[in-house]
Amino acid sequence: MTTLAATGVLRYSWLLLAFPVFGATVLLIGGRRTDKWGHLLGVLMSLASFVYGVIAFFTLLGYAAPDRSRDLHMYSWIPVAGFQANIGILLDPLSVCFVLLITGVGSLILIYAVGYMAHDTDRRRFFGYLNLFIAAMLLLVLSDNYVALYAGWEGVGLASYLLIGFWQFKPTAAVAAKKAFIANRVGDVGLSLAIMLMFAEFGSVSFTGVFSAFSSGHFGGSGVASALGLLLLLGACGKSAQVPLQSWLLDAMEGPTPVSALIHAATMVTAGVYLIVRSNPIFNAGPTAQLAVTVVGAVTLLFGAIIGCAKDDIKKALAGSTMSQIGYMTLAAGLGPAGYAFAIAHLLAHGFFKAGLFLGAGSVMHGMDDEVDMRRYGGLRKLLPITYVTFGLGYLAIIGIPPFSGFFTKDSIIDAAWEKGGTSGWILAACAIIGAGITAFYMSRVMLMTYFGPKRWEENGVLGGAGAHPATKEPHVPHPHESPLVMTVPMVLLAIGSVAAGGFLIINSRLVDFLAPVVGVPPTSHGIWTVPGTIALALALIGVGIAWAMYGRVPVPAVAPRGSVLTHAARADLYGDALNESVLMRPGQWLTRLSVYFDSRGVDGLVNGLAATIGGTSGRMRRLQNGFVRSYALSMLIGAVLLVAGLLVVRL
Amino acid sequence: MSPAAYVFLSVILFVIGGVGVLVRRNAILIFMSIELMLNACNLAFVSFARLHGNLNGQVVAFFVMVVAAAEVVVGLAILMAIYRARRSASVDDASLLKN
Repeated sequence: MTTLAATGVLRYSWLLLAFPVFGATVLLIGGRRTDKWGHLLGVLMSLASFVYGVIAFFTLLGYAAPDRSRDLHMYSWIPVAGFQANIGILLDPLSVCFVLLITGVGSLILIYAVGYMAHDTDRRRFFGYLNLFIAAMLLLVLSDNYVALYAGWEGVGLASYLLIGFWQFKPTAAVAAKKAFIANRVGDVGLSLAIMLMFAEFGSVSFTGVFSAFSSGHFGGSGVASALGLLLLLGACGKSAQVPLQSWLLDAMEGPTPVSALIHAATMVTAGVYLIVRSNPIFNAGPTAQLAVTVVGAVTLLFGAIIGCAKDDIKKALAGSTMSQIGYMTLAAGLGPAGYAFAIAHLLAHGFFKAGLFLGAGSVMHGMDDEVDMRRYGGLRKLLPITYVTFGLGYLAIIGIPPFSGFFTKDSIIDAAWEKGGTSGWILAACAIIGAGITAFYMSRVMLMTYFGPKRWEENGVLGGAGAHPATKEPHVPHPHESPLVMTVPMVLLAIGSVAAGGFLIINSRLVDFLAPVVGVPPTSHGIWTVPGTIALALALIGVGIAWAMYGRVPVPAVAPRGSVLTHAARADLYGDALNESVLMRPGQWLTRLSVYFDSRGVDGLVNGLAATIGGTSGRMRRLQNGFVRSYALSMLIGAVLLVAGLLVVRL
Repeated sequence: MSPAAYVFLSVILFVIGGVGVLVRRNAILIFMSIELMLNACNLAFVSFARLHGNLNGQVVAFFVMVVAAAEVVVGLAILMAIYRARRSASVDDASLLKN
């Protein structure tokens, strides 16, 4: 497809970026002066971007399908003779989907955060960072070349770091922020190497330049495509918390809940999927890379799901679920044109229901004095009715009960994997189907432990114990209450999205047709009810049943039982941290120690030895200076004799 | 008498002066030894001038005398100062600049 110049209202698409950049600048530079109205400005800028995004979306819809890719050149960022990196805005069906997701869901979460962060003295800074994040994320999805995309990619990483560590007085939050940043760096190296390879091979870093090389077949064999694909996959793994760079996402839950909802569930962690789908010509030409993408996706979707089963922290259970769902998207993105559109469909639907679930979790925490242990919840459905209903709708969406979102989008992915055929297709589809069953189990577990059963929170108040009132030593008893309207309204809107988005996008192939100019058309189309989808639904119902048998029928113990070996492994994040520690950290420390030893003994030894030799020699030579005139006279005489003798020898 | 004999005399005087510089402790005697060496040089210069039949050596001898006079003035002044400060003219006592 060809890219046309932006005309009409799209000439102002720079506004999309300008609004949040303006908000972030004012809030972060303005300082305490903006404390009173800062959060309102943040929300307003995000909403303004959303409004423009909607206008741009309908403008694009007004064009004929092949003309929907519109590029706006803004300025030459790095103009060097052969290297042109421009700041340009590419509005096409793919990026506009992301614009609507980021600004739409983002605005809802910002509105929610007004209520959630109401008692935080640093609320203005929080909104500044969030606006910075939205700006960076929009740059990521809107740029028309890889270098500007990389700038956005790093920008969201920075915003993620700042927001995970927002409560930096908590050591766990500060450490989690650093962990996320470092894990992301590993992936970023992959992306930057991919960009360098693109420039070396094609002399261009723009989407059109690179992709035209692939469409014309001049790309130096599938080896280049596979190398590029694998490097991009490494980048995607870092940003999207896919195995083997998954370990940071669970710790990232130390950030405030709106951050978890916006960055670590709905938008930023899906940037990897965007990167793969955006680079579809590269992956289409590199089957090895595609296979790697599907394997990563399948492994991660099971990995995340298993972790989600064992966590008692409600946010960490949801974080495991996020990993797992992004695994589905990655799996779909690895299937080629058969899966790209479904990856995006699941991504959009996931943006709704996972953001809704996180906001629900935040609402529960808000009412429970920031308690996150699900073993101390229970019976909250009567006390938090709106949260219960919206969370429940998100729950039904994620486990794929028809007619909610997840049913359509997840089953499309399972079908696409199934239709890939061959052994790999069977294995991938089996992983996806089993993953659906586990998803139903752990989400039902969250649901049952939080909202059903007897209340378990009063028993934990002990006189003078932890969490007791500091002055009176009275045991502290939470009083769960429904959140204010500013928090519940976004939750309701997201719940509506999680109910309707999947069906809206999948039925009549709406999203598939819309994205077709960018990502191609799936080779086969399938109906709503398919054999693998039905199996997945049956497994999901079994998962719900098992969860009910374990957590609904019998009371939930307040202290976690010992559990099986698998439970222990899952509680320890399937030893992801232990693996990193033993494979990377300890050898790294050894290497450091070796370097220090070599430096202190080898390099320093050489230099110090030289100095000591000179010093010692000087010390001995100093003895010659004994102050006796006659010995100086003797040395002068000897010198003179030697000189004369030398002269005589030379003359002879 | 051949001029060569003067050269030998000059060598003998120079060696006596040099040994004197090395073995005596009294600064005055060291000075006298130095004067002896300088005059041995003068003698050699004059002898060689005679041998070669030109005046160069004799001119240099005059320069040496002038320099020797100047040196003695400065040297004796220093010697006086040291003697006043330390009540000794021994050069081995004035070895404080060591180390």
